Amino acid sequence: MTEPLLRVEDLRVTFELKRAGDMPWTKPRLLHAVSGVNFELFPGETLGVVGESGCGKSTLARALIQMVPATGRAVWQGKTDLLSLSRREMLKYRADIQMVFQDPLASLNPRMTVGQIIAEPLKVHKPDLDREEVKTRVKKMMDRVGLLPNQINRYPHEFSGGQCQRIGIARALIVEPKLLICDEPVSALDVSIQAQVINLLAELQRDLGLAMIFIAHDLSVVKHISDRVMVLYLGREMEVATSRDLYAEPQHPYTQALLSAVPIPDPVAERAKVMIPLEGDLPSPLSPPSGCVFRTRCPRAEARCADKVPELTLGDHGVACHFPGPMIGARRAVEPA
Amino acid sequence: MALLEVRDLGVSFATPDGTVNAVNGVNFTLDKGETLGIVGESGSGKSQLSFAIMGLLAKNGRATGSVMFDGREILNAPPHVINPIRANKIAMVFQDPMTSLNPYMRVADQMAEVLIHHKGMGKSEAVQEAVHMLDAVKIPDAKGRVGLYPHEFSGGMRQRVMIAMSLLCRPELLIADEPTTALDVTVQAQIMTLLADLQRDFGMATILITHDLGVVAGFCEDVLVLYGGQVMEQSPVDPLFQTPTHPYTRGLLRAIPRVDHEGEDLDSIPGSPPNMTNAPRGCPFAPRCDFAADDCRDHLAALTEFAPDRWRACNRTLEELA
Repeated sequence: MTEPLLRVEDLRVTFELKRAGDMPWTKPRLLHAVSGVNFELFPGETLGVVGESGCGKSTLARALIQMVPATGRAVWQGKTDLLSLSRREMLKYRADIQMVFQDPLASLNPRMTVGQIIAEPLKVHKPDLDREEVKTRVKKMMDRVGLLPNQINRYPHEFSGGQCQRIGIARALIVEPKLLICDEPVSALDVSIQAQVINLLAELQRDLGLAMIFIAHDLSVVKHISDRVMVLYLGREMEVATSRDLYAEPQHPYTQALLSAVPIPDPVAERAKVMIPLEGDLPSPLSPPSGCVFRTRCPRAEARCADKVPELTLGDHGVACHFPGPMIGARRAVEPA
Repeated sequence: MALLEVRDLGVSFATPDGTVNAVNGVNFTLDKGETLGIVGESGSGKSQLSFAIMGLLAKNGRATGSVMFDGREILNAPPHVINPIRANKIAMVFQDPMTSLNPYMRVADQMAEVLIHHKGMGKSEAVQEAVHMLDAVKIPDAKGRVGLYPHEFSGGMRQRVMIAMSLLCRPELLIADEPTTALDVTVQAQIMTLLADLQRDFGMATILITHDLGVVAGFCEDVLVLYGGQVMEQSPVDPLFQTPTHPYTRGLLRAIPRVDHEGEDLDSIPGSPPNMTNAPRGCPFAPRCDFAADDCRDHLAALTEFAPDRWRACNRTLEELA
């Protein structure tokens, strides 16, 4: 068994909220954005993270690179706990873990040229490279992500959304990271462009042996690119399994509802689809339901769900539910081979 | 007589860089209770098309052609003609519920305003009707929440408020412009189910504008595929998805990852959508099309009916694409 690249144990992110008019001694209200997430990520593997807005998927990613304070452990290559590092010590690992953001244009400095943007991480992480070397590397990387190297002196606004996302990817990969965290990298893009970026990411990952954490709300995109998928709800893991298992045989009622809500671009399949409607909205993360957080919207909820928090089962297909099981009366999404 | 008859609709904008033709030669008819999906990527002109119908174009926009609603011309109609029709007969639901609701007004007041203006109701009667409609869109405790401000609702609830507001006058036509794009999938499913139910109950005709072919597959009877302001393909929904006849539609369908299929490689469409300020001559899709020949860069064939109810605009014949 190979050593996991990253082993996350009981990761928790808690924000303290102060209300206007609070006295200095008033206890702040606590918002548990991520509560007790565990996972392992192996070199070259893609872990998909899905969930609705507010489920903590972006916070989880940010916590790993200390963009938000977190507790728990995130062990890098079996040695270092990333969460316990000081800012200065963390810098060393930032080169290994790079991030691609959602809004392609907003994440690029409008007053820097593409060349400067892509070279920026090199200035921090490899300061002793000379200018010529930096330029060659930038050009090579631009070519690699499908940008014309002669566009090196242009500014971000001269590029389309898909191209801006390629710039973002080039900037992340220039320092040769081992782990790439993609936070909704394609959700702002048009369908035809989305496919280009997904294919590019998959190809780069294959060629460079990158590990990837791919965060998205679009289940079909995540299915396409991930080896394993983790489903989050209100900051807790509901289900984690290989992509194939999770989509073909979801065991958690939330995963099943989520999957059944995805529209299928085929009128015949769409009409035949069994929908599991979820009533209501996501409960407020400030006062999550007791026991299982999903119970307020769960079709299977019973008294026990309110009392006891279901533990995530161990093994390849983990489910956090008191009553896991296949979808009732549902067509299987993928026929087993 | 058709409820809505759009003939040769074009939209152009006068900009400092010259005229931008956002929409060219769109034709369709919509009968009572029918649903039409308009699909396109950003910049395809799908929203401008609906703005032109509603008379909501920006100041520098110009609409040409004809839009007949219930036998009356409403395109570029003066306010005294279009105002009694807007909201009353044709209602619209916009993409972003937060920016289309007035943050300074209670939901009760914004909803009542519509009824007071169009139906001449009194305030208390109008609020009562608003509560009734909020019930119809399944907002729990509508009576208690009608007095809240928009920011006190969640995204999905706000979109429900928007839908309730658009239905207040029992319109005959509802134009929904990307009604679920800003929402999560589970909420999207709720809203689309709700729209389908309401459409059935009220017998409205609906135009659904979206970039999501999945939503169209579940909701619409007819589909119009727009690209670069041109109609590429127009067809009933089933045959469009089973046997798409335009290279763009085919490419689009192959580029979508699907939850119900095992992951084969996605066929992406190379390049990016045309910049409309500098639109290519001929077929707008030609620069990205595998089948493009010299004539495609020069002109685009007119939309022709190649099978009953199925239209396509492509210089290549079906045999050439096979």
